[in-house]
Amino acid sequence: MKDGDSIDGKPEAGKADKHPTPHLDELEGGPWPSFVTGLKRLRDEGSPNNRKIMNDLLGQLNHSYEKKLGFWKGGTVSVFGYGGGIIPRFSEVADKFPESKEFHTLRVMPPPGFHYTTDVLRKMCDIWERHGSGLIAFHGQSGDIMFQGCSTEATQAAFDELNELGFDLGGAGPALRTAMSCVGRARCEQSCYDEARAHRTIINSLLDEMHRPSLPYKFKFKFSGCANDCVNAIHRADFAVIGTWRDDIKIDQEKVKEHVAKVGRKYTIDTVVNMCPTRAISLNDDDTLEIDNSSCVRCMHCINVMTKALSPGDDKGVSIMIGGKRALKVGDMMGIQVIPFMKLETDEDFEKLEEFAENVVEFFADNALEHERIGETIDRVGLPAFLEAMDIPPDPNMVNHPRTSCFVRTDDFDEEAAKWFERKAREAGMQISAE
Amino acid sequence: MEQQANATPRMPDEIGVPDHFQYMHPVLKKNHGNWAWHERPRAGVLRHVSKSGDEIFTVRAGTQRQMDVFTIRKLCDIGDEYGDGYVRFTTRSNIEFLVKDEAKVAPLIEKLESEGFPVGGTGASISMVSHTQGWLHCDIPGTDASGVVKGLMDMLHKEFVQEKMPNRLRITTSCCQINCGGQGDIAVNVQYTKPPKINHDLVANVCERPAVVARCPVAAIRPALVDGKPSLEVDEKKCVCCGACYPPCPPMQINGEESTKIAIWVGGKHSSARSKPTFHKLAVANLPNNAPHWPEVKEVVGRIVEAYKSDAKHWERMGEWIERIGWKRFFEMTNLAFTKHHIDTWTGARKTMNTSAHVRF
Ligand code: HEM
Ligand code: HEM
Ligand code: SF4
Ligand code: SF4
Ligand code: SF4
Ligand code: SF4
Repeated sequence: MKDGDSIDGKPEAGKADKHPTPHLDELEGGPWPSFVTGLKRLRDEGSPNNRKIMNDLLGQLNHSYEKKLGFWKGGTVSVFGYGGGIIPRFSEVADKFPESKEFHTLRVMPPPGFHYTTDVLRKMCDIWERHGSGLIAFHGQSGDIMFQGCSTEATQAAFDELNELGFDLGGAGPALRTAMSCVGRARCEQSCYDEARAHRTIINSLLDEMHRPSLPYKFKFKFSGCANDCVNAIHRADFAVIGTWRDDIKIDQEKVKEHVAKVGRKYTIDTVVNMCPTRAISLNDDDTLEIDNSSCVRCMHCINVMTKALSPGDDKGVSIMIGGKRALKVGDMMGIQVIPFMKLETDEDFEKLEEFAENVVEFFADNALEHERIGETIDRVGLPAFLEAMDIPPDPNMVNHPRTSCFVRTDDFDEEAAKWFERKAREAGMQISAE
Repeated sequence: MEQQANATPRMPDEIGVPDHFQYMHPVLKKNHGNWAWHERPRAGVLRHVSKSGDEIFTVRAGTQRQMDVFTIRKLCDIGDEYGDGYVRFTTRSNIEFLVKDEAKVAPLIEKLESEGFPVGGTGASISMVSHTQGWLHCDIPGTDASGVVKGLMDMLHKEFVQEKMPNRLRITTSCCQINCGGQGDIAVNVQYTKPPKINHDLVANVCERPAVVARCPVAAIRPALVDGKPSLEVDEKKCVCCGACYPPCPPMQINGEESTKIAIWVGGKHSSARSKPTFHKLAVANLPNNAPHWPEVKEVVGRIVEAYKSDAKHWERMGEWIERIGWKRFFEMTNLAFTKHHIDTWTGARKTMNTSAHVRF
């Protein structure tokens, strides 16, 4: 018998026949793991609860493949004490597929860096087998563990057990959303700060904005340890924290020579020297590297190629970019560099970061129009107004180049210039006194 | 006790983001922030060496992301028997097994492969397609992301398990123009081609009309009386078929057999390595939403992958390669048409034009 055929007369715990799923069956072949096979296994071998839900879910999904339409609508479902974190889904074809008529998702915040013991994963499975459909996504594009397929009634019990296991709901709706961090410090030599600590510090200080949605629209944080930006922070977060360093790239010249000996001089020039975006690198006649560190933009490329010979400097910290988002409503935006560098080592540094994050979210709450992301707000009011509100001095690192439009009133130019020179003098003084 | 709990619901323990150290492999914990360098002994395997001399092996395998409890438990069994009981996931839903002992690596790989989990996704490979919910769970989808992804990864499987691309190639899919999948070297996204079909009987009850009017990026929606009922109407000449009005007003149905098409975009990049991050650009639109195999989409993606693989220099990402060879050659090499729809008309479009004497022949 072909999997998915209806099983005429075959007694199976008094359960109705399986829905045929001819379209979905097509997605079971091939070398890549099949989600359909997994759904069927829940239908055939899952807990009694899972079997019922999954039979109808597969029926509805196959119906979608047939009609090329989705059949879910939203609604409101929440757990006691919270206003968000659950994505409600009610079926529009519940008459045909009643057992999966409510198929809500619990968005649950993972540990930063997505680390798990097999033990805790098994416990999550047990909970979801008892209260949900048995279908879990690691992870949603928002960074959440997505516990998918829960009835309205079971939502509270499922949450209570997950909560007792040590996990909490993430964000949904006009609220602070679940954040993401790269593996960073835990396993990556390129990491320039403690991503997970920054992540936990900020999100855990703003939980109210997550659990009781009241912002104009969503607000996302993401944390990458270096410019490789493994969690796609610059485009996908309103507030991106990316690791960098101020002093020189560290070079082990012996390892450079080994690298050149291994891959050849031409290949080294083609893949390292020529690909530096600021032409900051040259290869010496003795096969050592010379880097013009004041031109280097800390892009990570040369370090990625020569992982043994090159590494980030010692004077590490972070850059912060604000305002990344996708198309709705004014078009795509990348985050704008607003804090070119801040140290992030001491408790005090982390407090400063937390305070800045709170200020930015407060600015967003106070100034954004409904359904506007902070990048759009900044576009509307102009970056200088945002900088003034945040008390951040303008810095050439914030722009690709100075303005090209003359439509600006500049009668206080001299005062602004005086501030710049004052700041430069102060920084120079600080350097002198430090030395 | 039970009854009491029913009478007064349990208050949530507002834990927030959990502490990751409790779930972290002890070698990672011990060498936290102290790693020196890494290498990739083969595709799918990373070897990280700490300044303390400790080392850890990571074995990366592809998953279907939407996982049933049986699959998760199977991965846990493998992690317990062949690994050290510690795993993590990457941003692209690959699972990583962390093992201390090099001798465990080969048997772990063998076991994963025999259970149908491809080992790879590291370095210059094509990793798992980052994707979204689709028909399985979203309320506004044009297609099923998981299905498209299954088809693409079946086709690209061989590029997942080896590192033979010029640089990493990251593919994303999205089942509507909200684009939860994000930017990609190649992005496979639903692109609606018809204005919403409005069910005027439902609008007054279901939709908050001013909010819907405000949602439209081109101000194409206005309030109207239709058959004596307050409703909304769309200026179809203005409408860009983005679907933004659909989530706040489901009676403005944007998806449907006629309207739902698939567009492929190229050259998006998140990382700041070498060039600055870039948005993906339109390669082709109007491909059919041909579930369950999407052969037309797979064919075009395959062509783009081949062109990139054959012509890009090592370390060039898709967008960097095209920047070097020029769009003219890109369209020639992939045998795709360049049309008026490739010329941007949105705010800032002028910045995308060639305002120089530079021409490629
Ligand atoms: C206190 C003053 C006003 C308020 C609160 C107001 C509010 C609104 C609202 C809420 C809508 C959107 C209706 C919907 O989405 O269903 C609207 C549309 C409209 N309003 Fe006003 N309005 C005001 C003043 C005016 C004035 C003074 C004019 C003209 C002189 C005007 C002309 C219009 C027009 C033409 C539309 C329809 C726009 C379209 O076709 O998209 N309004 N107004
Ligand atoms: C000069 C004053 C105003 C104008 C010209 C105006 C105009 C309009 C128009 C054109 C609409 C759309 C009607 C339709 O859909 O057929 C509308 C809807 C609405 N107006 Fe006004 N309005 C005015 C004042 C106000 C005021 C003072 C309020 C509230 C205090 C208000 C609240 C609303 C609301 C809530 C709706 C939306 C009803 C819905 O959900 O469809 N308006 N208004
Ligand atoms: S973003 Fe940088 S620090 Fe973080 S994991 Fe990626 S390469 Fe490592
Ligand atoms: S990090 Fe980037 S900018 Fe700096 S020297 Fe290396 S390649 Fe050049
Ligand atoms: S891309 Fe669109 S349809 Fe797909 S999951 Fe996201 S919002 Fe839903
Ligand atoms: S589809 Fe987009 S452009 Fe068309 S009416 Fe709706 S919101 Fe406006």
